[in-house]
Amino acid sequence: MAVLPILTYPDSALKQISKEVEDINASLLSFISQLEETMRAGSGGVGIAAPQVGRIERIAIVDVSSKAKIDQHGRLVLINPEISRWDGMKVGREGCMSVPDFTGNVIRADQIELTYLDERGEQQQLEANGYEARAIQHELDHLDGLLFLDRLVSRHNDLFKRKVYK
Amino acid sequence: MSAWYMLTIVGRDQPGIVAQISNGLFEAGYQLGETSMMRLGGNFTMMLMVSRGTNGNATGENVIDEDEINEAKIKAQLQPCLTDLDLRVHLDPIEAHLHEHITPNLRVSVYGADRPGIVARVTNILQQQDFNILDLESDVAGSDDKPIYIMHIEGVCQSSADDLEQALNRESKSEIDIKVFPIDTLIG
Repeated sequence: MAVLPILTYPDSALKQISKEVEDINASLLSFISQLEETMRAGSGGVGIAAPQVGRIERIAIVDVSSKAKIDQHGRLVLINPEISRWDGMKVGREGCMSVPDFTGNVIRADQIELTYLDERGEQQQLEANGYEARAIQHELDHLDGLLFLDRLVSRHNDLFKRKVYK
Repeated sequence: MSAWYMLTIVGRDQPGIVAQISNGLFEAGYQLGETSMMRLGGNFTMMLMVSRGTNGNATGENVIDEDEINEAKIKAQLQPCLTDLDLRVHLDPIEAHLHEHITPNLRVSVYGADRPGIVARVTNILQQQDFNILDLESDVAGSDDKPIYIMHIEGVCQSSADDLEQALNRESKSEIDIKVFPIDTLIG
């Protein structure tokens, strides 16, 4: 087992659209455990996507169980994940192991429904909300070549001046 | 390792200032670090970290000798746009580092009818709570007869958001609305 090197922007792998996983076999599972080890080696990382280590396939891992008092499903290995429903909007602060030394505000859906294959290749469905939903959306963006930098909103106040109508 | 200077530029706001100043600096062989521009009361204000370019200017000439960076020289180099745009410029040598951002964990939101002393009162309480301010911006909104002061502060503090909010509301003893929110930065 080894911690894999994290690619950082402007590495072009981070801007590619990942392809679907066709076969869940031993070598894929071995990659997934290395990916997980890499995520856990990063300080405070709650998710990772395969393209962040240069494998352009639709695989992500999310685990927000280190956060106190939130709704969450623990360790999630998401293969070929797809969001089927979005609800609500919330601004939150994000950073990324692939974009060191920068954080910014991003708007994400507050609740999502998701389908994916687990490590046994079984179709799964789950509902996530809040912080976990944000983490899943952040990781799934990586599979479409998107970084949180593509979704930044104002770094400053969330209160926008209203146009004055006379 | 670059030697950094802080360049401060103020003047009446008008379109085109940033483009002209940044182009003038680039042509003269300076490089920019982090910068911030804001309109304050209709004025243009900007602070820019500048250093001597390591690769010379756009045409490859090494225009500046590091020893010669000073306010008089930079004013002379930017003179055409400073005169056209009626801007004032100030330069200080600074000790500066890039890639060392501190991540804030709390955001303080303050608003209320504008009156003297809001910033002083709030920030003094923050200091008593060992709150390190990383970012502060404030605005006067509303109208001339009913101005509203709105301020947002981000920083680092060991207290919880609830404890800090209680302390601020207890100590400020006034009709300003103060809320404190945690900033939970997701690293993915």
